[in-house]
Amino acid sequence: MFGDYSIGDLGAIFAMQGFAGLILFSVYVLMALGLAIIFGQMGVINMAHGEFMILGAYVTWMTSNAFQHFLPALFPGYFFVAMIFAFIASGSLGMLVEWAMIRRLYKRPLDTLLATWGLSLILQQAYRSVFGAREVGVELPDWMMGSWQATDAIQIPINGMFVMCLTILITLVVAYVLFLSRWGKQVRAVVQNRVMAGAVGINTEKVDRYTFGLGCGIAGVAGSAFTMIGSTGPTAGQLYIVDTFLVVVFGGAASLVGTIASAFTISQAQSTMEFFMSGSMAKVLTLLAIVAILMMRPQGLFALKVRK
Amino acid sequence: MIINSRFFNRSELIGFVSLLLLLVVILPLALDVFRLNLVAKYLTYAFVAIGLVLCWGYGGILSLGQGVFFGLGGYCMAMFLKLEASSVANTKIQSTPGIPDFMDWNQLTQLPFFWKPFQSFPFALAAIILVPAIFAFIIGAAMFKRRVGGVYFAIITQAVAAILTILIVGQQGYTGGINGITDLRTLHGWDIRTDHAKLILYFVEVFLLFVAILVAQFIRLTKLGRILVAMREQEDRVRFSGYSVANFKIFAFCAAAVFAAVGGALFTLEVGFMSPSFVGIVPSIEMVIYTAVGGRLSIFGAVYGTILVNFAKTSLSETFPQLWLFGLGALFIAVVLAFPNGLAGIWGDYVQPRIDRLLASRTKKSGNGGLVANGAPAE
Repeated sequence: MFGDYSIGDLGAIFAMQGFAGLILFSVYVLMALGLAIIFGQMGVINMAHGEFMILGAYVTWMTSNAFQHFLPALFPGYFFVAMIFAFIASGSLGMLVEWAMIRRLYKRPLDTLLATWGLSLILQQAYRSVFGAREVGVELPDWMMGSWQATDAIQIPINGMFVMCLTILITLVVAYVLFLSRWGKQVRAVVQNRVMAGAVGINTEKVDRYTFGLGCGIAGVAGSAFTMIGSTGPTAGQLYIVDTFLVVVFGGAASLVGTIASAFTISQAQSTMEFFMSGSMAKVLTLLAIVAILMMRPQGLFALKVRK
Repeated sequence: MIINSRFFNRSELIGFVSLLLLLVVILPLALDVFRLNLVAKYLTYAFVAIGLVLCWGYGGILSLGQGVFFGLGGYCMAMFLKLEASSVANTKIQSTPGIPDFMDWNQLTQLPFFWKPFQSFPFALAAIILVPAIFAFIIGAAMFKRRVGGVYFAIITQAVAAILTILIVGQQGYTGGINGITDLRTLHGWDIRTDHAKLILYFVEVFLLFVAILVAQFIRLTKLGRILVAMREQEDRVRFSGYSVANFKIFAFCAAAVFAAVGGALFTLEVGFMSPSFVGIVPSIEMVIYTAVGGRLSIFGAVYGTILVNFAKTSLSETFPQLWLFGLGALFIAVVLAFPNGLAGIWGDYVQPRIDRLLASRTKKSGNGGLVANGAPAE
């Protein structure tokens, strides 16, 4: 399959496909980060995670429309405002859901899966009723259009680069919050030993609520970033949810490094293969490989030892 | 725990007889052929739901990929029917006569090797059972022997459902792609599209459903069924008692797969086509919903749950298409939060004791519905 290409061509193909893979990687990481926090730290399977992401995307879309109508002068910078709105919207919905539903189900993880699936159906239909069934796309500000010509064979789109930088930034913030802040310490304490954490005076219920909110909020930001590279429809979240779960499980549920490493592996494998065969076969092969590896190593790539 | 010496206890017998009356007498008399065919379609999902009662309710193994087995059974049947429908005489306008139409559209000039055995009906029937069973065995053996369970198993079965759907949609020439295998006409020369045929198929299906119920009840009452429950509650203790937990789990998963496959094959016969939209993640989870609503611990509950949810789906989506998903979602959340044992649990907890009190002839103890281990399962 490499026969028809010269070495230079192949290099360019791999670079371009590698970059396309990096954009996919960014989306995976952003979605998987929230999920890794919720699933990895709390053991809750949130099937509505994709819908939290889409909420962020719709909030971004509304913000961009609002800026176009009322503040056209500030339009180039709307994205940063939208991101904050998306985080707040998804995060507060997440906290509401945790309060109303999830906290009653911590002892039954499989049931959280079913209940959040019900939630995702409701949210999808709500989006369809409010925003219509058609996909919506935001208008990008001028500075995000176009692409950067690295060599004559390699072109790199600017919005993709922006999303990537954003991903790195958010990852660093999450890592800081979880591993260096006082609140992160509390979260990890609750994960490692809930009873003891409660005994030393940590309000575990509050920690749970904010952790879930943070995970959903990051999903909202992911949705915000998602609008930069694709359009948003009511069911777009469902397309990514299984992939994202596989990313998290493959990486080792409670490990952030693992999540990033597995998102990188999966996205690169998929986008590189996509060039040489049909997209569906690339996807099938990637998923099969993940399932096969998970069968051999069920704890994922980077397993964290936690007392159950 | 006392093992019942009788096959059905009193309330199960009532459940059995009333279901028999409903399906064999009341519905065929009350409904026209179109509606009856809808019921037949719902009942194909009831096979999946019964399988899930064994595998999920009793074994504690939540599979989110039952659509895979439903689809495999359905496709095995559809392949046979399609080959019969694409005889050389029927397909002479194609550039290659004698192969299914979608292959011709995709420039295939001969039948792929894995389609060839499906020209034989006995092979197709065997494949309906064996293909899903072997597939489930491979997945189950790989997962359970490595002690992957619970949440991880659910996610991986979901991934398998995703993989199979993408594969079927992507390999259009071999599988019929997103449209599936359509335009199925006859079974051994017998037209399956007439009203009369639909009626006969309905009764065949009801018969098979009762066979499935009896088999499931048998499994539940044997020592095997007890071990499944024990495994769900305290897996380690069962292992320490010397049982091979993995083998029992594999059995439960394979049994559920075979039930689902039979349902799928009947679906193909009843509805006249099979497509990847019954294989993927969404239909698989919907099948779990039926079981959850009916009661994950009750075989009859699962059948009633399937009929009710599907009936609600059809009538709501006919009149208020917007409301249907809200209703389904809310139903699901409500069942999980408030009634983990579904309709059967409500019946066993609230209705049955009142009936018993009214009758007041027996002790209250037999009024415990079909539930062996009352209360929520461990997971």
